[in-house]
Amino acid sequence: MRFERREHIPPALAVLTPLIAVAISLALAGGLIALAGAPVLTAFGKIITGAFGSKLAVTETLARTAPLILTGLAAAVAFRARLWNIGAEGQLYLGAIAVAAASAHLFGGLPGVVQIPLLFVTGALAGMVLLLIPLWLRLRFQVDEVVTTLLLNFVALLFVSMLIDTVLKDPLAFGWPQSVPVASQAELPKIIPRSRLHIGLLVAVVLAFVVHFIQSRTAFGLQSRAAGLNPSGAAFAGVPLGRTLLLVAMLSGGLAGLAGAVEVMGITSYVTTELSPGYGYSGIVVAMLAGLNPLGVVLAALFTAVMFVGADAMSRSLAVPSYIADVTVALSLLTMLVAIFFTQYRIRR
Amino acid sequence: MSETVLDISQVSKRFGATLANDTISLSLERGEIIALLGENGAGKTTLMSMLFGHYTPDSGHISVMGRVLPPGRPKAAIRAGIGMVHQHFSLAPNLSVLENVMTGTESLWRPWSDRAKGRARLMEISARFGLKVSPDARLGDLSVGEQQRVEILKALYNDAKILVLDEPTAVLTNVEAEHMFGNLKDMARQGLSIIFISHKLDEVMATADRIVVLRGGRVVAERRAVETSKAELAGLMVGREVKRPLREPATPGAVVLEAKAVTLREGGVERLKAVDFHLRAGEVLGIIGVSGNGQAALARLTGGLARRSAGEITLFGQPVGDLSVREVVGAGIGRIPEDRNHDGVIGEMAIWENGVLERLPEFTRGGLVDRKAGMEFARRIIEGFDVRGGTPASRIRLLSGGNMQKLILGRNLIEHPKILIAAQPARGLDEGAVAAVHERILAARRAGTAVLLISEDLDEVMALADRIQAITGGRLSPPVRPEGINARQLGLMMAGEWGAAEHAV
Ligand SMILES: Nc1ncnc2c1ncn2[C@@H]1O[C@H](COP(=O)(O)OP(=O)(O)OP(=O)(O)O)[C@@H](O)[C@H]1O
Ligand SMILES: [Mg+2]
Repeated sequence: MRFERREHIPPALAVLTPLIAVAISLALAGGLIALAGAPVLTAFGKIITGAFGSKLAVTETLARTAPLILTGLAAAVAFRARLWNIGAEGQLYLGAIAVAAASAHLFGGLPGVVQIPLLFVTGALAGMVLLLIPLWLRLRFQVDEVVTTLLLNFVALLFVSMLIDTVLKDPLAFGWPQSVPVASQAELPKIIPRSRLHIGLLVAVVLAFVVHFIQSRTAFGLQSRAAGLNPSGAAFAGVPLGRTLLLVAMLSGGLAGLAGAVEVMGITSYVTTELSPGYGYSGIVVAMLAGLNPLGVVLAALFTAVMFVGADAMSRSLAVPSYIADVTVALSLLTMLVAIFFTQYRIRR
Repeated sequence: MSETVLDISQVSKRFGATLANDTISLSLERGEIIALLGENGAGKTTLMSMLFGHYTPDSGHISVMGRVLPPGRPKAAIRAGIGMVHQHFSLAPNLSVLENVMTGTESLWRPWSDRAKGRARLMEISARFGLKVSPDARLGDLSVGEQQRVEILKALYNDAKILVLDEPTAVLTNVEAEHMFGNLKDMARQGLSIIFISHKLDEVMATADRIVVLRGGRVVAERRAVETSKAELAGLMVGREVKRPLREPATPGAVVLEAKAVTLREGGVERLKAVDFHLRAGEVLGIIGVSGNGQAALARLTGGLARRSAGEITLFGQPVGDLSVREVVGAGIGRIPEDRNHDGVIGEMAIWENGVLERLPEFTRGGLVDRKAGMEFARRIIEGFDVRGGTPASRIRLLSGGNMQKLILGRNLIEHPKILIAAQPARGLDEGAVAAVHERILAARRAGTAVLLISEDLDEVMALADRIQAITGGRLSPPVRPEGINARQLGLMMAGEWGAAEHAV
């Protein structure tokens, strides 16, 4: 059995396979839910109502979509150029802590219109810096960035947890390890008042369009694609490989750092080590679901957020173990990936 | 006592609008060598891919030793005794020869692999067919010729009775090629049946028993080697008579590029040793030599991809430092790389993107790529250089080898470069395409382009070059004129005997 790449993707297939994927993942998850002794159909209903059933549910889902779009973009941009950035999680945390520190100690007095953009830049810069280390190691010593970016995630998280227990510790937090909060002017305006849905979502969607534009229309986009697809061919054509990868890394790290900024400024207002439920890693899945297409990332992030929030609500309201929710999410992402694979390849025996 | 081992019957295959194979029938006897000949895009690879189960025929069937082969199943093809040596090797460079030969031959469920047995079998086959290898060498350390020997051994290890080789000599030096054909004949004498694809009429005539010519997806002729001629074959392939063009006398202009005592050292190895050459507008300087003697380094140096370690380079009368690729292209230097697929194109990108990539700054306004102008540029190349099989927006890897080369040539020549650096420009091209490429190079010469032709094809260099320098071990001989020298003397020069070059010009 072999896989052959399709030259043309039939539209019916492109629509049908994701639906089949959802059905299969629900069937599999249904089995587990039944084993846990909960009514399967009710559980499915809870997933849907949990994600869409009320204004609260919808805003919660969308609020989760924002960081997933950003980390998804971070992965998509890097993977396109064959820069294997597995470190979005660490870059997110570093972006978040940088924002908290800058708002508390540097820009705190500035009005929101000035401070918010400044903090966005701060978060992005912090993410960039963390990715530049592995990039330098790769360009200089050919060290595999999969390993270095992955390991830096742990370094970053430990670094953050040290900071929030020492110099950046919030003195008013009754001894809990959490960072000083961002200034109130730095809190992102809400799209819907009294919900958790903030303008970070709009920022993320706009950035998806910007990234799409950069990749499809700019010389840098063309060169980064060439560098990813065939480095020696790109070098022959005069593509500056090092500089192109540097820009890619800055873009990718910046987006991941921004995800951290948006979470702190939009949702929590301070940093703990529980800031991200693995957004950085989920971003990789989001990017793969989207076939590395920046606009696809928006949809893939939405789908992922729906599964996260829906499965969570299901496990809470039916009192089934929360790992079943995790399995449901994982199953749905997995079957969706397989489905997308089959829209692009056909089986040959 | 002839015994048919392979029977391809009425096989057709269509890709979208192209009918790549049109009711092709072909049979092969035990111990026979067939050469498959045809223009680029004639459908040779497609036919062999169906034989090997990579593609499924739309209609028709294939039988081996009288048994019908299930379509589209490489495993079944291997089991039936078909061994394939692809043009692009499929071996793993970081594994040893033995590991490469053994991978895929044992069941994945076996707890351990029987290396001792594998080694014994490999050595036995290697001795029987005179294919020398050292089983423990790392594949990546071997020369291209040796790697190919491993490919053949792997096929034989799998008990191949029918060996298929797709353009086996496209990547080999002449010496390696002769050696390989010697081996093939030997194998045929021992009862193996062989099909090979080639564009080189000499080796086809010398090696094959029977020659099958494809054109536009159909078998247009079948000849016994003893009853045909190179001229007839060339005519059959393209449907008309092809003649390689010859350069007409011309007076070259000013010196545009000059190298004095240029040395190139890479990783402690001196690839070029104090070479001297100069290039005049409107002339072709041929660099002849067996590949691996510094040609690649010379092409990279002049193409902006390597930095000299010592020596002086003058461009248009001005001493220059180390130029980048972009500066080289910007200065009006066109480059045809030796390895098309590796360096020349980015297969997954569109034809237009491949057309503009090396001159991207010209197609960029404020950081944005002018896609319309790029498409238009590609359209001009496609029309002007007769590139067939794609539109500006289609992916370039769908083009056949010859058409890809025409596109590369086109993107360089369409802007009338002052200098053209052409490394093995006719490699892997059919007779018609070779003539077309030569014609284009001569046209550029007429228009005043200075051409640095790096080639290991004697006929090509003799036909095109105004002056010839031989390259051996990173050194360049003094230049000679082709009129004053014969092929034997050139051969001596390539071997490092520069006595013949005493009438240097
Ligand atoms: N997978 C594919 N999809 C679409 N078209 C294809 C595909 N493979 C081959 N073709 C087309 O089929 C035709 C025959 O191609 P094939 O590779 O068999 O030619 P060839 O005789 O081997 O040429 P060359 O001498 O250049 O290797 C060409 O027009 C080519 O563009
Ligand atoms: Mg071919």
